[in-house]
Amino acid sequence: METILVSLAGGLLQAFEPLNLFMIFAGCLAGLLVGCMPGLGSVNGVAILLPVTFLVPPTAAIIFLAALYYGAMYGGAISSITLGIPGASTAVATVFDGRPMAQAGKADKALMAAAIASFIGGTVSIILFTLFAPPLAAFALKFGPQEEFALMLLAFATFIGLGGDDIPKTIFSILLGLVMAAIGFDIISGQPRMIFFDMVEFQRGIGFLVLAIGIYGIGEMLWTLESTKGKVQMHNVTITWARMKENFGQIKEYINSTWVGSFLGFFVGTLPAAGATPASLMSYGLSKTFSKDPESFGKGNISGVAAPEAANNAASTGSMLPMITLGIPGSPTTAILLGGMIIWGLRPGPLLFQESPDFVWGLIGSMYVANFATVLLNIALIPVFIRVLAMPFTLLTPIIFVLCVLGVFATTDRMFDTWIMLILGVGGYLLRKLNYPVAPAVLAIVLGPLAERSLRQSLISSQGDVTTFITRPISLTCIILAILLMSYPLIQRMMRRRTAEPSEN
Amino acid sequence: MTTRTAELLMGFATLLVSLGLMWNVWSDGLRIDWVDGRGPGAGVWPFWLSLGMALASLATIIRWFQGKTPESQSLEPYIARETMFLVVVSAVSILVLLLLMTIIGTYLSLMAFMLFYVRFLGRHSWGTTMAFVIGTPIFVYLLFEVALTKYLPKGWPIFEEGFLWLDNFRWQYF
Repeated sequence: METILVSLAGGLLQAFEPLNLFMIFAGCLAGLLVGCMPGLGSVNGVAILLPVTFLVPPTAAIIFLAALYYGAMYGGAISSITLGIPGASTAVATVFDGRPMAQAGKADKALMAAAIASFIGGTVSIILFTLFAPPLAAFALKFGPQEEFALMLLAFATFIGLGGDDIPKTIFSILLGLVMAAIGFDIISGQPRMIFFDMVEFQRGIGFLVLAIGIYGIGEMLWTLESTKGKVQMHNVTITWARMKENFGQIKEYINSTWVGSFLGFFVGTLPAAGATPASLMSYGLSKTFSKDPESFGKGNISGVAAPEAANNAASTGSMLPMITLGIPGSPTTAILLGGMIIWGLRPGPLLFQESPDFVWGLIGSMYVANFATVLLNIALIPVFIRVLAMPFTLLTPIIFVLCVLGVFATTDRMFDTWIMLILGVGGYLLRKLNYPVAPAVLAIVLGPLAERSLRQSLISSQGDVTTFITRPISLTCIILAILLMSYPLIQRMMRRRTAEPSEN
Repeated sequence: MTTRTAELLMGFATLLVSLGLMWNVWSDGLRIDWVDGRGPGAGVWPFWLSLGMALASLATIIRWFQGKTPESQSLEPYIARETMFLVVVSAVSILVLLLLMTIIGTYLSLMAFMLFYVRFLGRHSWGTTMAFVIGTPIFVYLLFEVALTKYLPKGWPIFEEGFLWLDNFRWQYF
């Protein structure tokens, strides 16, 4: 415990260094802006802005992106409440009660509740993160390639078992990402693989950012253009100092839901397929179930705003736990952060705590500061964000497109990649319209090279004996869990059939 | 095209892509089995995973015939006519932007892209349009060329020389 406190103090000091502090504020602001724009969420912001962070050292870069991730969770509530359109999928549940509150002229109350709940959710989860991360990383040091591979299998199994999407389509998406990661030179034999049409450009492979920006930049904007038809409808918000003080005093009304959301969010967030969106929906459901007045949910109950907002912030921090300690991202956003860490020359995984303690603790310290920074910026700048939201899509869209194109070019210096980005973006959009989940593909392209390497290393060291994965206890546990998760939808279907049968009889 | 038809076509398209990937690995002569003394061959990972993709696509096609997916029963249009315009125009405008970048260079094509998107698609005032047309290249220059020291595509030599003539002022005076 003492070492944790000492390291944390070091991390906090680092967070207060001028550059890092500036990055925290810049990240929070960018996150709030990205989060509040309909259609764009943390994952889009992180994907589009990652190339820009090469300006600063890795620690400052991850601090910026983590703050952005965090800020986007706050920002999502702004458009959910004022526009009735979720700013990001993570803020879908906030619309249920936020929108009716805004229609009843209580938008300011809802916005304040969202900010406070987000702050509490964020704080709880950062404390949990600080407590859990070092022991988990220490435990993960025992991992060999077998365990690494089994863990990745588990991560993909959660998408199949808990993702809630069509299973064959989810599997296709995962495998597509894994295969795309294999394009280029083989890591072990050095042979070129999948050089389509003999184009030499394929020898360098397809970077994860090309896919991520294609899908979350281009594809997402096309999707948003379609769903909003380029127009938005806004509610008026009146904010005065006296009303803000009054709203702050009403915290008692929703504090219980906020606590539930905070703890639930953190733990759901650590699961790879789950993340902030299901966490916020589950939290909403739970506080409705345990409410004394469940009827009022969906009609403007303030707890219905606080519960999902606390949960999505907590989940965003939660999803960083497996990324930092195990090198397995807990959400698409953290998958991109993980890819970024590889570009910065860091090796994600348990060794990070030993090899780059400044990086890890600087990040953790910054999350504490970012939490305060975001709540302050959020409350102070609500009128500004509302102005931004009124910005027509035909102004926002070209800016995003330009950032996508130049961002991809800046990471690889090749026009070829921008073409691939466009193809993947449009392809991703067409697939998504048919309910193919795209997040697993992004996660898979990041984890692909790591998964292939660990599989081959394991098999080489065991001389081809596949039982090496089940003779090691940690790896065996992960594989059993993965099988259980993959068969979970089947079990669920069988149980449903069994409960349906007696009622038919 | 209805969503129903689109799902079937997509199922076949993904199946074809998967088989194409398998064929690609196979025809390149990569080993897809165990190589004595060296472990799994270079083609093992992409080949067998592509087979998995093919099977997943097949499953989607079978489920379509059984009517199990919600999309296979949906007669809604795949892309509604009213939104088709915005989506297609946006995608094509990026395509043209990329093409122009290799011909007239990044900055001029960005100006053309902004002019098209803000003025002709967005129907904003000339004031807003010009702010975007002029502001975007300046912002891009400062962020990418100055701060990130990236040499963005400059197009054909004549356009590149034009840019370098302008860029020279930066080195001379700043």
